[in-house]
Amino acid sequence: MSRPASPAGVLRWTLATLLSHWWRSPIQLAALVVGLSVATALWSGVQALNAEARASYDRAAEAFGSRLPRLEPVGASRFDQSAYVALRRAGWPVTPVLEGTVSPDHAAPDPAPLRLIGIDPLTMPAGAGLVLDAPDAAEDDGENGDGFAEFILPPHRTYAAAETMRALGLGEGAVPRLADGPALPPLSLRPRLSPGLLVVDVGAAQTVLQAPDALSYLLIAPGGTAGLAAPKDVTDIPLRRSQPEGAGDLDRLTESFHMNLTAFGLLAFLVGLFIVNAAIGLAFEQRRTMFRTLRATGVSAGMLAGALGLEMVVLALGAGLLGLVGGYGVAAALLPDVAASLRGLYGADVPGSLGLRPGWWAAGLAMSVAGAMLAAGQSLWRAYTMPLLAAAGPQAWAEAQRRWLRRQGLVALGVALVALALPLTGLSGLMAGFGQLAGLLLAAALLLPVLLAGLLGAAERLAAPGLGRWFWADSRQQLPGLSLALMALLLALGVNIGVGTMVGSFRATFTHWLDDRLAAEVYFRAADTAEARRMTDWLEARDEVAAVLPNWRAEARLEGWPVDVYGFTDDPLYRTRWPLLAELPQVWDRIAAGEAALVSEQLAYRLDLAPGERIALPGAEGRLEAVVGGIYADYGNPKGQMRVDLALLLQHWPDVEQRAFGVRLDGAPAAPLVADMRETFGLGEDRLRDNETLKALSLRIFERTFVVTGALNTLTLGVAGIALLTSLVTLSGLRLPSLAPVWALGVTRRSLGLMELGKMLALALFTGLIAIPLGLGIAWMLVAVINVEAFGWRLPLTLFPLDWARLLALAVLTAGLAAALPLWRLARMAPARLVAVFASAR
Amino acid sequence: MRLLAALALVLAAPAALAQGYAGLGAEPQEGYAEVRPDREIRFPEDHGPHPEFRIEWWYVTANLEDAEGRAYGLQWTLFRSALRPASSTGGGGEGWASPQFWMAHAAVTSADQHLSAERFARGGIGQAGVAGVPFSAHLDDWRFESTTPAPDAPFAPLHLSARGEDFAYDLTLATDAPPVLQGEAGYSVKSDLGQASHYYSQPFFEAEGTLVIEGREREVRGRAWMDREWSTQPLAPGQSGWDWFALRFGDDTAVMLYRLRQDDGNHYLTGNWIGRDGRSESLGRNTVSMTPLERTDIDGRAVPTHWRIEIPSRDVTIETVPLNAQSWMDTSFEYWEGPIRFAGSHEGVGYLEMTGY
Repeated sequence: MSRPASPAGVLRWTLATLLSHWWRSPIQLAALVVGLSVATALWSGVQALNAEARASYDRAAEAFGSRLPRLEPVGASRFDQSAYVALRRAGWPVTPVLEGTVSPDHAAPDPAPLRLIGIDPLTMPAGAGLVLDAPDAAEDDGENGDGFAEFILPPHRTYAAAETMRALGLGEGAVPRLADGPALPPLSLRPRLSPGLLVVDVGAAQTVLQAPDALSYLLIAPGGTAGLAAPKDVTDIPLRRSQPEGAGDLDRLTESFHMNLTAFGLLAFLVGLFIVNAAIGLAFEQRRTMFRTLRATGVSAGMLAGALGLEMVVLALGAGLLGLVGGYGVAAALLPDVAASLRGLYGADVPGSLGLRPGWWAAGLAMSVAGAMLAAGQSLWRAYTMPLLAAAGPQAWAEAQRRWLRRQGLVALGVALVALALPLTGLSGLMAGFGQLAGLLLAAALLLPVLLAGLLGAAERLAAPGLGRWFWADSRQQLPGLSLALMALLLALGVNIGVGTMVGSFRATFTHWLDDRLAAEVYFRAADTAEARRMTDWLEARDEVAAVLPNWRAEARLEGWPVDVYGFTDDPLYRTRWPLLAELPQVWDRIAAGEAALVSEQLAYRLDLAPGERIALPGAEGRLEAVVGGIYADYGNPKGQMRVDLALLLQHWPDVEQRAFGVRLDGAPAAPLVADMRETFGLGEDRLRDNETLKALSLRIFERTFVVTGALNTLTLGVAGIALLTSLVTLSGLRLPSLAPVWALGVTRRSLGLMELGKMLALALFTGLIAIPLGLGIAWMLVAVINVEAFGWRLPLTLFPLDWARLLALAVLTAGLAAALPLWRLARMAPARLVAVFASAR
Repeated sequence: MRLLAALALVLAAPAALAQGYAGLGAEPQEGYAEVRPDREIRFPEDHGPHPEFRIEWWYVTANLEDAEGRAYGLQWTLFRSALRPASSTGGGGEGWASPQFWMAHAAVTSADQHLSAERFARGGIGQAGVAGVPFSAHLDDWRFESTTPAPDAPFAPLHLSARGEDFAYDLTLATDAPPVLQGEAGYSVKSDLGQASHYYSQPFFEAEGTLVIEGREREVRGRAWMDREWSTQPLAPGQSGWDWFALRFGDDTAVMLYRLRQDDGNHYLTGNWIGRDGRSESLGRNTVSMTPLERTDIDGRAVPTHWRIEIPSRDVTIETVPLNAQSWMDTSFEYWEGPIRFAGSHEGVGYLEMTGY
C-alpha cells in the first residue's frame, strides 16, 4: 500500500493528465492560443498607441516655454534684441527666444519643415521646459567637444532628438543643409527634445533665419516681476505680456480620440474572448470523462478546479506574451498614422517610433490572464460542482434549447433596458454614449441566437418534409455550439457597417464643406503688420484680385476652453458660400453691423447656444458681447471658434496680429498670382497657399485619422473569422453523431458535406442580414451620440448600401472558408468512423 | 586672491577638481595674454576689463552694522571668463558670438542667515560688461559704478547694488585712499612654478546704504574691500583650492593673506601688509602661519571656519571667528564666503573665502 500522495504530487499528476488533452487536440490548443493572443494583441496594441501619445502630450506639456508667461511684440512677429537688453538691465528675469521654421533640403528623407528655436542657455530658467541632457550625462563635460561652450560659440551645435535626426537622414556631427539660407550648425543628440524640434543658440538662430539682432519673444522666468519698471518705461519697442496657452489642453482635446481607440481595442478584445470561451467550453466537454476519472481516483473538486485554473493561467501567460509581441507589431504599424492625425488635428507631436514601457507589458499580461479566467469561469465552476456520478441521460436538446433561447432573449432584453436607462443613472456624456453603444452591441449579440432560431424555425416549417426539413432542423440544433462564433461575426460586421457609415458620411460632408469653407482662392500670412500692408496694397493694385479679406485671430478662453475669435469683413464670398447650419434672418447684415457673431457648432454645443441667444467672452479690452447670428460646422477643430466683424474684433483686441488674409479672385486662375507673390515677397509654403493645396492637405489629415479605425475594423473582422473557424473545427468532431444516421440513411458524404456548407453559409448570411440594422444603429449612435459628445459636431447620416453588399459577401466568404477544413475532413472521412458512431454511442 | 572662475560652468565639477579648482589648474591655452612681472598697473584704465586675459574679476565684500549694532556681511562679484581667446574667433566674436562669458554672485550674511544669488550673461550684446573710464560694471540690474559718470570724474565714490529673491542692497562706497598693489607691484605669484596674476585692491572703502532682507529694510554702514584680479592661468597643477583672508586692523592697516592648498601638503602661503597710504609689503611663505582650529559640517563637508593666524614679524597672533559658520555660497559653483571677526594681539573684522572643500 503506497503512502497518500502529497498535495503537490496530486497537483502535478492532475495537471499532467489535464494537459495531455491538448496534445491530442492541437487544433483546440491553437484556437485557444490564437484567440487569446489576438485579443491581447489588439487590446495591448491600442494601449501602446494611447500610452505613446499620452507620453508625448506630457512631453509637450513640459515643452519649451509652454508654462511661462511671455513678452511678445505688438503688431509684428519679431523685434530688436535691444529691448531684451534694456529689460534685463531693468531687472526683468527674461530670456530671449527666436523661433522660425526651416525646410531641410531635398536630400532629407522627410522634407517636412522643422521648428527651429534659438535660445540663450545662460538666462533660460529651469522651468522653461527644454531638457538638453546629453545622451550620456557623464560625458557632457566639454571633454567630447559637445559642451556648453560649443553650443553658444560658432560654429555652434544643433540639438535634436533621434526622431528628428532620422527625418533629416543625418547622424551626430553632420551639418544639415536647408532648402534656402545658411546651413544649420552640426547636429548633436538630445534624446528628450520633442521630435521635429531643432534647438540652437539664439545667435546661431539669427544667422540661420537671416534675422540679425531679431527675437520672437521673451519668456519670463518664475519669481515675479513685482516692483520692476513696466516694459513700456524701459523700451520703446511695444511688447505685451501674454499668458501661456494651456498646454494641458492637449490632454483634454485628444481625450475623445483616445477614448475611441480604447473602445475599439476593448471590442476587439471581447471578440477575441468569444473564441477563447468557445475553445475552453469545448475542451471542458471533451474532458468530462477525464474529470470523472480524476475525481474517482481521489482528486478533490477544489484540486481539480485549481489545476484547471492553473492550466488556464499558464496558457494565458504564454498566449499573452505572444499577444504582446503582436500588439507591439500592430501599434508600431499604426503609430505613424496615429501620429500624423494627432499632429494634423491637434498639433500634438507624437514620435513615429514606439517606446516599450514595463507597465504596458504587465497590463497586457494581466488583461490576457483576466480575459482567459473570464472566458473559463463557467467551465471552472462546472468542473467544481460536477457531480461525481452523473447519469448520462439522453439529450432532450429541443427542450434545452428552448430554455436557453428564452434565457438569452430575456438577458438581451435586460441589457437593452439597462442601456436605454443609462442616461437616467446620472452617467452622462461620452461615457454614457459608449455605455449605450456597448449595451446595444451586447443585446444584439445575445439576441442573435433567438433571431436565428426564429428564422431557421420559419424556414423549417416552409421546407418540404424529409431532408429539407432536416437541413433546417439540424442547422437550428447547431446553434448553441456556433452561437458564440456567430455573435463575434455579428459584432464585427455590425461595427464595420457602423464605422464605415460614419466615416463615409463624414467624408462626404467634409469634402463638400471644405469646398465652401475654403472659398477664397489664395490664403497667406505676412511676417508683420508692415509687410501685410505692403502685400495688401500690392494685391489690390492687381486686376484679377476682387477682394483681399482679412482673417485675423484673437485667442480667448471661455469656461476654461480655448476659443479662437476671428475678425472678417463683409464680402459676397461669405454671403453666398459660407455654410451655416442654423441662422437668424439677415444674419450677414447683422454681423456687419457688429451686433451678431457666428459660432462654431462645437462652441454652440458646449455652451448650449441657439441663434438669437447672447454670447459674451472676455476680450483683451472689455467684454465682447453679441447675439448668436448663426452656427456653422467646423469639423475637426478641437477648439471653439467664433467669427465677428473685423471692427468688433479690433475694438476688443486692438493688438491682434494683423497678418492673415484670404484673396478672392475674379475667376482668374490662382497659380500665376501665387507664383508672383512668392517671387515678390519671398513667401514660403507655410505662409502662402492656394485653396486647392489647403484642401488636399486637410483631406490628407482626415484620411489618416481614420486609417487606424479602418485597420482595427479589419482586424476585428479577421478575429471573427478565426472564431468561426475554431468553432467549426472543434464542433466537427461532435457533429458525427448527428451526421452518421443521415449517412446511414443513404446520403453520400459529398452531399452531406455540401449540406453542411449550405447550413454554414445560411447561418452567415442570416447573421450578415441581422448585422445591417445593427450597423445602422451603431452608425447612428456614433454620429448622433458619440461624435457629438466627443467632438461637438453632428453629421448628416449617409447610407452606403454597396458597402453592405460587400460586407455580406465577405461574411459568407469568411464562413465558407471557415467551414472548408472541417468539410474537407468530413468528405474524406473513412466510412468506418461514421459506422463507429453507432458502436460507441456517447 | 579671488580665483573663482566662470569656467566652472563649462567643466563638470569632478573633472574640474581633478585638475585644480574650477579648472584653473588646466594647461594655459594658446592665444591669451600672459601675466608678466614687468607689466605696470595703471589707473584708471586698469579698473576696466582685460579681455585678452582668460579670467578676471571685480570683487567687493563689506563688513556692515545696522543702527542696533547687528553685524552683516555683503558680497558683490562679477566674473569675466573668455571661453576662447578673443583673437581666435576669426572676427566672428561680435554680438552673441562673443567668447566673453559673465557671471555675478551676490550675498548677504547675518548671524543667522546667509542669502545668495547668481546671474549669468553673454558678452557682446550689452547685458553685462565693464567700462574703465568712467567706471561702470554691470550684469543685468546688478551694478557697481562711479556715481558721477563723467570721463574725468574720480573712480570713487561708487554705487553698488544687487538683488536676489529674498534680499537686496544699495550702497555708496567712498574713499580717499589710493588703490594698493598686491604681490610685488601688482604681480601676484601663486605657486613655485611661477603661476601668477595681476592683482590690486582697495581695502579702505567707507560704505553706507540700505540692506533689505526678506522685505525688511535696514540702514547700514561699515567698511568695504574691493579686489581686482586678472590672469590666464593662476593655479598650478596639484593645487586644489585656497583659504583667503581680508583683515582690517583698525583704520589704517589691512592684511591680505592666502594659502593655496597643494595636494602634496606643501601649501603655498603669501600675503601683503597694507597701509592706508598705499604702501604694500609682501609677506613671504615663512613669515606667516595659518592654522585651522575648528571645522564646521556643511552638507557633509568639513569646512575650517575658525583659524589661528600668526605673523611673528608683525607681532600678530589672532584667532578668527565667522559671523555665520554656514556662509556657504549655494551657487552653481559652490564655496564658502563670509564675514569674520578676530581677536588676540589685534581686534577687527574681515572676510574669509574658502574654495575646494
